[in-house]
Amino acid sequence: MSASRFTLHRLWAIVLKEFIQMKRDRVTFGMMVGIPLMQLMLFGFAINSDPKHLPTALRAADQGPFARTFVAALRTSGYFTLTHEATTEAEARRLLQLGEVQFVINIPEDFSRRLLRGERPTLLIEADATDPSATGPALNAVRAIADHVLDRDLTGPLARLHAKAGPIDLQLHAHYNPENITQYNVVPGLMGVVLTMTMVIITALAITRERERGTMENLLSTPVRPIEVMLGKILPYIVVGYIQVTLILVASHFVFHVPMIGSLPLLYAVSLLFIAANLAMGITFSTLAKNQLQAVQMAFFFFLPSILLSGFMFPFRGMPEWAQWVGSVLPNTHYLRIVRGILLKGNGLAEITPHLWPLLAFLVVAMAIGVKRYRQTLD
Amino acid sequence: MPPPPAAAPPGSDFAIDVTGVTKRFGSKTVVNAIDLRVRRGEIYGFLGPNGSGKTTFIRMLCGLLTPDAGTGTCLGYDVRTQQSDIKRHVGYMTQKFSYYEDLSIRENLDFIARLYDLPDRRAAVQRSLERLGLANRSHQLAGQLSGGWKQRLSLAACLIHSPQLLLLDEPTAGVDPKARREFWDEIHRLAAEGLTVLITTHYMDEAERCHRLAYLAYGKLLTHGTLDDVLASVRLTTWTVTGPDLLDLAKKIRSLPGIEQVVAFGTTLHVSGRDAAALEASLTSVRDPRHEWNKIRSGLEDVFISLMDSAKDNFA
Repeated sequence: MSASRFTLHRLWAIVLKEFIQMKRDRVTFGMMVGIPLMQLMLFGFAINSDPKHLPTALRAADQGPFARTFVAALRTSGYFTLTHEATTEAEARRLLQLGEVQFVINIPEDFSRRLLRGERPTLLIEADATDPSATGPALNAVRAIADHVLDRDLTGPLARLHAKAGPIDLQLHAHYNPENITQYNVVPGLMGVVLTMTMVIITALAITRERERGTMENLLSTPVRPIEVMLGKILPYIVVGYIQVTLILVASHFVFHVPMIGSLPLLYAVSLLFIAANLAMGITFSTLAKNQLQAVQMAFFFFLPSILLSGFMFPFRGMPEWAQWVGSVLPNTHYLRIVRGILLKGNGLAEITPHLWPLLAFLVVAMAIGVKRYRQTLD
Repeated sequence: MPPPPAAAPPGSDFAIDVTGVTKRFGSKTVVNAIDLRVRRGEIYGFLGPNGSGKTTFIRMLCGLLTPDAGTGTCLGYDVRTQQSDIKRHVGYMTQKFSYYEDLSIRENLDFIARLYDLPDRRAAVQRSLERLGLANRSHQLAGQLSGGWKQRLSLAACLIHSPQLLLLDEPTAGVDPKARREFWDEIHRLAAEGLTVLITTHYMDEAERCHRLAYLAYGKLLTHGTLDDVLASVRLTTWTVTGPDLLDLAKKIRSLPGIEQVVAFGTTLHVSGRDAAALEASLTSVRDPRHEWNKIRSGLEDVFISLMDSAKDNFA
């Protein structure tokens, strides 16, 4: 098959054609701009839940009995699962920034001694509050624990330590979203949801439409290669995806005043991977679907877990384990963390790299299935 | 433009040369061991009822489908292994209009020209617009064109890369007689320039404008050759009758031995059968002085219908 090399000319031919068709189809183009705006308005509301077993790092400088009692009480509350031990403040902070843990519990070295002296020692709990609905209930539980956990220990001569204000001075630090504003979490999350919805549907229709209108047979009878058709259909919609990203960022800034701490160029750069992954998924659907209706149904089949299991609708860690497994496969789950990480935590490339690989893997697999399924011939 | 195919055997007179080509979809054999040779520069008519396998056969010739069995070449390229070379040198016009309705005529042609990587694209597009009289309408959207103009656009598009073989699948279906005639004039001009054309049609007048014909039914090639060869291949005898009460007569004779077809044409009835003696004996039995009987040469349509009926007995 010497005459069948990939050429940029043919790829460009498909790209140009798609742009002309996009220009002529005003309704679809309007939808691609309208959907992000509409969803922004709809999801400006809070969605609450009560997630448990949140990963927690313990930085205990004091291993005394009171400290152990306190930690044990946190565990039995069900909200906290001790997953990491941190020795330095920097290490603890890094775990929070990477999203490895939701909380860091700092027990100072003189905790037990000062408690005995009745000095109300300070106990600092730091929380990753990007998603307030994930941390809120857990933090409420901590407050109750701090007031009553030592009731049994502080008996006899120690009963005097039952001060009215509670024996411990509990300090809570909500990082990244100190005011617990839900929109800060929801609005950046919308980027992934909007892109998933529009990108997958648009490309799911791309090849099915050619087949339904009969133009596919014609395309197949020319020397054009499958990969040229696929890339040619993906590239124009990457541009559309970027328009959507920009729309949402502008609205986030001016309407919802979402802080943007990290690097926007970095966000734009990694968005490419996410957009491409969704487009490849759509193309794959369109090679599987027999008609345009089926293509749309498949897109929705993909869209539902992307919205429900990605951590957009419900806190990821509040979901059962199987759901978390499904969620980890979906591109939106990783993109959500990347966007929140960059915008709210100021994450750099190093911090988001663990989430780039799953996106890349998804893209490669989806594209491979798509190209394999796209039949060079009709049989 | 691409040089003549290097792989073509020197001195090969045949644009299409295949033997035993077979295609099955599941358990259904759609094309059953077809042998076909088409000389270069020839207009070859491909006829047969709907669902007889014409389109599937053409798709195998132009590299869209791979035959399940059989071998052969198209323009000297192997139909099983050199499909991408075939695509480069063949123009295929699909049965259904298959260009983009939301693109203008010029945009459609430009798109196809880009896919074939034509060296001087603009000139090639302009040439094909002018050749088929599309220049004045080049900015109209393809979706707004009438059937005849859509057909011209399709022809222009499948000629734009100067193919050596044209495969036309029912190109004139739903096109008015004047546009049809112009289309055929163009086909004859192209053939005169050395292009080979394989064309499927249901119109007998079009079949008669082909150099050679083949008739396909139930995936089998039933007959092929020149018009006279085909007519002679079926020993069909046809009588015409004119006079009163033809409808009653038709009812009466339809079941008589030797009478296979009774077809009304306006005020005459055509009566045909393959067994001339039996036919004439039956006709004698219903002789009526008010009727006028004449023996004529059987038409192509009578021959094809007779072929199909006998094929049904054999294969269906």
